[in-house]
Amino acid sequence: MYDFAYHRPKSVADAVALLKGKEEARPMSGGMTLIPTLKQRLARPSDIVDLGAIKELAGIKVEGNNVVIGGMTKHGDVATSADVKANIPALASLAGHIGDPAVRNRGTMGGSVANNDPAADYPAAVVALNATITTNTGKHTADDFFKGLFETALSEGELITSISFPKVEKAAYIKFPNPASRYAMVGVFVAKTAGGVRVAVTGAGPCVFRVKAMEDALAKNFTSAAIKDIKVPADDLNSDIHGSAEYRAHLVGVMARRAVDAANK
Amino acid sequence: MTISVAMTVNGKAVSGKVEARTLLVQFLREHLGMTGTHVGCDTSQCGACVVDVDGKSVKSCTMLAVQAEGAKVITIEGLAESADKLHPMQEAFRENHALQCGFCTPGMVMSAIDMVKRHNYQLDEATVRRELEGNLCRCTGYHNIVKAILAAAPAMKSAGV
Repeated sequence: MYDFAYHRPKSVADAVALLKGKEEARPMSGGMTLIPTLKQRLARPSDIVDLGAIKELAGIKVEGNNVVIGGMTKHGDVATSADVKANIPALASLAGHIGDPAVRNRGTMGGSVANNDPAADYPAAVVALNATITTNTGKHTADDFFKGLFETALSEGELITSISFPKVEKAAYIKFPNPASRYAMVGVFVAKTAGGVRVAVTGAGPCVFRVKAMEDALAKNFTSAAIKDIKVPADDLNSDIHGSAEYRAHLVGVMARRAVDAANK
Repeated sequence: MTISVAMTVNGKAVSGKVEARTLLVQFLREHLGMTGTHVGCDTSQCGACVVDVDGKSVKSCTMLAVQAEGAKVITIEGLAESADKLHPMQEAFRENHALQCGFCTPGMVMSAIDMVKRHNYQLDEATVRRELEGNLCRCTGYHNIVKAILAAAPAMKSAGV
């Protein structure tokens, strides 16, 4: 790892000032992706702005019809939160299956969403639940936030402060983990909320995406039988040593049906 | 960038000057000479480097030493009461022959203790196997490690640790 200047601000305002004031500064939340990236010398930031000491960024609260989760909230805290388990059990379950216990003790929701790894789990939840992402400068809708491979609507010096998820009627997330890395080869989050039915897919393509045909079918009839004939085209999906695009396209259908069945349980 | 860092390791106040990029595991092993915590993969997969930071198990190869500023760290060296009296988890690993080469053992023991506490001293085999996801052992096939953890859970409860 190349060396860098290290900062540990106590407030979002201080963090933003540091990020804007330096040439090549990078924010660090849990560091579960950034530290391995630095070790491989795939990045060379001049400054690391550690968000770990900013208390206002962590925590979970219920506000009306929404569960609002601070950007620096750890996966382990989401997984075990009574509020999340009571209102959006599928989200608690998703968080409880990210990485392993030690990783869940460090990795954060905001970090994962801001990084937008194509195989990350949280983006599927954010899109399927039509969550709202709040930053120090404003709000983003889920559909406008994830732009492409590791790309989001965040601009420089913009930090995720919280994400607001609506309570669900029914929801489930099912993934097919890579047998070695345990990252999602394909993960499908199916959700029925007051706003309708949404189906979001991670792992399969360069970025999380929705399957409109499945959403329409499930809105009429929320059963796995309703989507059994819906195929996802393999054209833009990932193809690598772990699986072809056609295999991933097939998995989308299988995971979606399993997710609907799990949501109906 | 050189930074002064201070923390508590196994109940003892320690400090040192580190580079910003120094990992917590490097600080423990190379600055403090506490080589019980191992580096297996250096890619946060294997769990040989697991230590406890402020009551949470973490992979010390994927945390900077400066991030542990002011923290209470417990390593494998901090578990046994004395040279003659091991922690119940260490004792259970010995009793059940839960190690062969021993390289993964410090991380296994640290993760196992965290697991037992998080599950309120009540574990079943399926839970233990699932929770060991972040700790790799290349010798034992995990069988005796699982047995040791299941045996240690009630022993830890009665010992009050």
